[in-house]
Amino acid sequence: MVGHSHREHVIEVKGLRTQFGDVVIHDGLDLSIRRNEILGVVGGSGTGKSVLMRAIIGLKPPSAGTVKIFGEDFYATSAADQVEIEKRWGVMFQGGALFSSLTVAQNVMAPIREHLKLPHELAADIAAMKISMSGLPPDAGAKYPSELSGGMNKRAGLARAIALDPEIVFLDEPTAGLDPIGAENFDELIVNLKNSLGLTVFMVTHDLDTLHATCDRVAVLAEKKVIAIGTLEEVRRSEHPWIQAYFSGPRGRAALEAKKTDAASAAKKD
Amino acid sequence: MQPAAYTTDIKGGLLRLVATGDWLARHLGAIDADLRAFEDDSVGRDITIDISGVKRLDTAGAMVFERIIAACGARTRASAIVGASSAHRRLLDNVRPHVAPCEIAPAHRNAFVMMVNRFGRGLIEGYYVSIEVLNFIGQTLSTLMRVLREPKRLRMTSIVHHMEEAGIDAMPIVGLMSFLIGAVVAFMGAKILRLFNAEVFTVELVGISVMREFGVLLSAILVAGRSGSAFTAAIGTMKIREEIDALRALGLDPIEVLVLPRTIALIVFMPILAFMAAVLGVIGGGVVAATAMDISPVFFVGRLQETIALSNFWVGLIKAPFFAFVIAIIGCYQGMEVAGSSESLGQRTTLSVVQSLFVVIILDAFFAMFFLEIDF
Repeated sequence: MVGHSHREHVIEVKGLRTQFGDVVIHDGLDLSIRRNEILGVVGGSGTGKSVLMRAIIGLKPPSAGTVKIFGEDFYATSAADQVEIEKRWGVMFQGGALFSSLTVAQNVMAPIREHLKLPHELAADIAAMKISMSGLPPDAGAKYPSELSGGMNKRAGLARAIALDPEIVFLDEPTAGLDPIGAENFDELIVNLKNSLGLTVFMVTHDLDTLHATCDRVAVLAEKKVIAIGTLEEVRRSEHPWIQAYFSGPRGRAALEAKKTDAASAAKKD
Repeated sequence: MQPAAYTTDIKGGLLRLVATGDWLARHLGAIDADLRAFEDDSVGRDITIDISGVKRLDTAGAMVFERIIAACGARTRASAIVGASSAHRRLLDNVRPHVAPCEIAPAHRNAFVMMVNRFGRGLIEGYYVSIEVLNFIGQTLSTLMRVLREPKRLRMTSIVHHMEEAGIDAMPIVGLMSFLIGAVVAFMGAKILRLFNAEVFTVELVGISVMREFGVLLSAILVAGRSGSAFTAAIGTMKIREEIDALRALGLDPIEVLVLPRTIALIVFMPILAFMAAVLGVIGGGVVAATAMDISPVFFVGRLQETIALSNFWVGLIKAPFFAFVIAIIGCYQGMEVAGSSESLGQRTTLSVVQSLFVVIILDAFFAMFFLEIDF
């Protein structure tokens, strides 16, 4: 790949305003995402985390503001250019959003077949690799989404999201509804994929453990804006009452303790 | 941008593949078939892959290199990928554990076996489904008995709601359809009866066919399409979202809460629809008689009263609640049978309409024979 500077912003949202009828969700929201980082987006219920994601990936046109992806204004470009941009990202929806009439392998092959026109065998090989990368056993390929558990559906959704070797991956609540072990595995998986494939990850999450385990930076949504963005440490220092309640509540502290213990035991091993 | 390319040679008894260009997924389609042939020819031989000339590499390209290594030389031998930059090396290392084909779709069997299999399965399922539907009818009836003993448990709000949705809202379309059918029957009849100079018999033709058959049958067909399918979809969605289980867990009987109100609403309203359909069908016939033939409305009504026995009207109306019952039962039953995916919801909705139409028409045939036998 051509040498990109580490500070380059792959997504730049400026002055974003979204609304449903008269209800304003975001107003004057700014957010930038750097290449090869995992950005966690947190916020209370109804602060529009998922709406923000939908606004960035083109599913919810904003009523004002710009969304620049790879330096191009997404909503101002032609439909053909939008498709070119869409090929460079992958999206994992909350429930996996797999096509229920296709098997897992066919789901992963769908974007490959649509966009790359590869021979069937090669597409199948690529799909098998992505399925394995997302931590599914090989026999999951021939199964239909209704035959899989929620966690496996999410993994399959991730496999489809990375099918085209995207540069950006959007994850909507990747660990919601998973058991703690499954959630931890998923966290590891995301960090691994980010490191090995050089991904930029935009992740909407509620899960404090996931934030601690994976995110390079965290953005906090409240009052229709991003009220704080930075590393976890930086964000924790904010005075905002919601941030204090979120990170210093019992769950927030437990997640922090867990991380410290992990670090300590890792240090001992070394 | 330079598409992926490669050359192969043998150097010092060692097979060598030199790759150049961008080994990205979109370029690989052109060379994959050749590469596979090459792999098949070189099974079991040591191979060196030189990728120092490769510019860009993605996971698909890395996978292809690893696949060639795996297919040619066994892992233990001296096969290797050389000349990789550190970024490419890292990508190869990350891809290596994941290179293995997997099943794409459940295995297909012989088409003939599948056909026989499906036929047999269909027969057996048909047998079990008819038992289950009977079971469902029994459950509904016993619930009805229980509720009738305790009329407070009858959900009037729900019943009235479904009467509006399945009944009143269906009135315009049912009325329009039967008006048109009445008009068409009158037209056809007039044209043929004119040959025998018996145009006046159009009145009997319209009166008997619309009252006895068309009015109620049309209502049933439209209600099955409109409301039977809506019942399946509504109950099926509740099933998918575990709302039915939630009802059970709350100690509520889904049959009492969901099935009974719908069934009662349809049974009460179907005769009203059938009545309206019969009236509008006759009016449609009358309008055609007045405009296209010289049969005045006064004469039309007079002859209707003189020549058509009232029994024709009753035959139509008696059938209505029976049709309503089977439509509601099949619609609700199919809704309860929805499982898992939204695809199953679609299948069940289709099944619900097809089956209720089928049963309505069979039932109608039985009624026709029955009334013929008893001379009614």
